[in-house]
Amino acid sequence: MNIWDWYYVREALPFLYKGAIITVEATLIGFAIALVLGLVFALIRQSDNRVVSHAMAETVEFIRSTPLLLQIFFVYFVGPQFGIVIPAWIAGIGVLGIHYAAYCSEVYRAGIQAVDGGQWEASIALNLSRARTWRVIILPQAIPPVVPGLGNYFIGMFKDTPILAAIAILEMLQQAKNFGAENYRYIEAITLAGIFYLFFSLVASAIVQTVSLWLNRRYHLE
Amino acid sequence: MSEPMVRFDNVTKRYGALTVLDNLNLEIERNEKVSIIGPSGSGKTTVLRMLMTLERINDGVIWVDGEPLTHEQKNGAMVPAGDRQLRRVRGKIGMVFQHFNLFPHMTALQNCMEAPVSVLGLSKAEAEQRAAELLDMVGLGEKKSHYPIQLSGGQKQRVAIARALAMRPKVMLFDEVTSALDPELVGEVLNVIRKLGAEHDLTMLMVTHQMGFAKEFSDRICFFYDGKIAEQGPPEKLFNNPDNERTRQFLSAVLEAG
Repeated sequence: MNIWDWYYVREALPFLYKGAIITVEATLIGFAIALVLGLVFALIRQSDNRVVSHAMAETVEFIRSTPLLLQIFFVYFVGPQFGIVIPAWIAGIGVLGIHYAAYCSEVYRAGIQAVDGGQWEASIALNLSRARTWRVIILPQAIPPVVPGLGNYFIGMFKDTPILAAIAILEMLQQAKNFGAENYRYIEAITLAGIFYLFFSLVASAIVQTVSLWLNRRYHLE
Repeated sequence: MSEPMVRFDNVTKRYGALTVLDNLNLEIERNEKVSIIGPSGSGKTTVLRMLMTLERINDGVIWVDGEPLTHEQKNGAMVPAGDRQLRRVRGKIGMVFQHFNLFPHMTALQNCMEAPVSVLGLSKAEAEQRAAELLDMVGLGEKKSHYPIQLSGGQKQRVAIARALAMRPKVMLFDEVTSALDPELVGEVLNVIRKLGAEHDLTMLMVTHQMGFAKEFSDRICFFYDGKIAEQGPPEKLFNNPDNERTRQFLSAVLEAG
């Protein structure tokens, strides 16, 4: 028996392909949720209302301090006991998105706090509304510098997607494992999955760098 | 007698236990040019910041153009101003900062267009024309599409002046606008302010360390000491023959150093 058998590579590819689609979809949708919701969290955190701001800070702290897997289990397994039944796919991606939104909100917050206070003062002196100040003055300066930080979580989330297997979502690693179990042959499938993760991570990191450069140029922040 | 443009009515500002301004009463007439001088920590910048609503006041009322800025009348009583009132009255005031505070991600032209479009509701074309005229006026017609990072300190400050003027304020506040500049760039900014004073109907209130300029430009000088106006009067009187011992000490210290 060979250590490496191309026959199993060919056999495993269709399964891995199916799994890869799920993995990429979960990453893209989950991260889209994390980006948007993370910004919402960060903005709520900046509220003048102390109660609101503190409540948001505590929520973020709570999400960051409990395991992702536990949160997924809670929504998927505990929810139904209270009549809240959410399909695995939605529960999985939703929790992934919310979990990473908490991390992203801290990255946004760092960016927001790094914007010079004089920008707020100039905006008040020019009578800009608060919403306009956020949208046109503060965020365009706050976000481009923190894109690399957000990008780290993008790749981190991608590598966390195998957790979805715990609620029976057939993402790529689970497909690879199942293929191995059925054929008593793991090396090809698991290795291929590893290569794919590596490849995707490298591509994602290149994309993040490009976006970061482009945004910083676009807003003349370098 | 016409209503003064700006009136501080028994205004007090405290930071915790520290009283920065103590029962300030100050009136500034329409088109009057007033300079505020004094040692650091005397509360001079706070006067401008309160007027620009960057600081809340603890006591008293500030009036602008006959209307309360910090308060509004409700059922005959004066209550702290709501957001609408604040924004409406604040629109009469423009401010130029020591550190320029230009928007770094916008060109000089865009810096001067943002507020006229989004606050005054001007069309883009109209705002652009007005911004271009103002940049011409401050001598930066050629630098319209430059970003702040591509401009010298003096040029940045001139863009900041144009940006404030684009909102057509009735009162302009200048907060140590030349203090962050290299000495050789101070003149170009002061020239623009001179020109403004000569050509526009503007009430101007400035905090400055440029004693020569204050003396030549102002109708009146206010000397602040320890949260109070220690002495005020026409420049000739205040600079040449001050009544107050503090004023004399301050001036001799500053003029000696300069």
